[in-house]
Amino acid sequence: MIQFEHVNKWYKKYHALNDICGEVREGEVLVVCGPSGSGKSTMIRTVNKLEEIQSGAIRVGGECISDHGVDINRLRAGIGFVFQQFNLFPHLSVKDNIALSPVKVGGMTRKQAYELADELLQKVGLHDKRDAMPANLSGGQQQRVAIARALAQKPPLILFDEPTSALDPEMVGEVLSVMKNLAAEGMTMVCVTHEMNFAREVADRIWFMDRGAILEDTTPVEFFSHPRHERARKFLADIIH
Amino acid sequence: MIEFLHTYGLLFLVGSWPNGPVGGFAGTLILAFLGLAGAFPAALLVALARTGDNRYARALSTVWVYTFRSIPLIMIVFWAYFLLPVLTGTEVPPFSTALAAIIVYESAFLAEIIRAGIQSVPAGQREASRAVGLGYFQSLWSVQLPQALSNMIPSLVNQFVSTIKATSIVYIIGVQEAAFSAQQINSIELTAALRTYLVLALFYFLLCALLSKLAKSLETRLRNKRLGLAA
Repeated sequence: MIQFEHVNKWYKKYHALNDICGEVREGEVLVVCGPSGSGKSTMIRTVNKLEEIQSGAIRVGGECISDHGVDINRLRAGIGFVFQQFNLFPHLSVKDNIALSPVKVGGMTRKQAYELADELLQKVGLHDKRDAMPANLSGGQQQRVAIARALAQKPPLILFDEPTSALDPEMVGEVLSVMKNLAAEGMTMVCVTHEMNFAREVADRIWFMDRGAILEDTTPVEFFSHPRHERARKFLADIIH
Repeated sequence: MIEFLHTYGLLFLVGSWPNGPVGGFAGTLILAFLGLAGAFPAALLVALARTGDNRYARALSTVWVYTFRSIPLIMIVFWAYFLLPVLTGTEVPPFSTALAAIIVYESAFLAEIIRAGIQSVPAGQREASRAVGLGYFQSLWSVQLPQALSNMIPSLVNQFVSTIKATSIVYIIGVQEAAFSAQQINSIELTAALRTYLVLALFYFLLCALLSKLAKSLETRLRNKRLGLAA
């Protein structure tokens, strides 16, 4: 589903991504973890070109995203993206947040798009909030709407960039449970997260990143029981109290 | 005062119309409305060029803003008055000359307000809109500008009000509008300067106050909608 081939990115002299190679297979749930500043978010943002890369190639569904002639908007519409800060559109109601892309990019009628919004809100447990404005929702509810919005174009792949890091602790569970349901349906998912229990229960694979490089690419069982790198051992010791 | 208004009311309201072009308060209203209607879209284009990726458009729009906001309106009016006939080869009526000068001048100021408005929308909004597949213009139109414009209302009203008042300067090239009428009345009456200019000041005040009031209620409505308070 996604292939990283020797991906490098620099911010001026700072080497943000260092020769990233790896593959995310269809139906797989990949959890990316690592200390802050390790390049996790940068890496996930390169997949839908929110960040440009300087060398290497990224393929999504077999298509090289940096090729000329790739319709970047069509590509992005086919990749769900969930932000740490939710980023709902504050001037639009919940149903319009979800319907915006299907109407503007997918060519649906407004009526069809609202029906789709209802269906997706049902899925994330917020069918009674269709007419609410984002300002009236809790953080957990906003993030669930953001997940519904990311699902609106029926993407085969969703990227989560620290989806629970900005939430009050009591709201983390509701968002994770929506994510677990998606994983159970066979959705291909890449999640940058510090939720190690989620990683243990749901992930098929874990990447541990440090200083822009992937240090470990392994199974959760292997990662939690026998982390190979000193940095990974220290990270786990710091994060699991 | 009543007799004064009785005598000159029509001259204040419409100038020498129907024996000449529409002037007076009506002339000012038309000039201000067309000025804003022309300046706003022009300013939007300049602001988009200034925030966009194309470096030529960025350079050109920057020059536009720096030039026209650094020259007094009266200079631009004079320039247009003497330059437009040379460029077009025909005589340009004073009204069109004044309108062109006002649009050019105000577009520079409005463009900077719009640029600030666009840049005040959090980057996450642009990213989220692009991530769901919206193109550059779709993202601007559906996500960034609606939020930017509602943040910009107070500054925009400032500039709109200042534009309305600035139209009073164009009487010097003979455009028929409120200040021109006042000037005429003053030169007929000779001793009624205070009364004449009081009526003129009241007209500008009421017009601008009305606009401010409308903008305030629009602002409140947009905020309530965002907070989910409106029905």
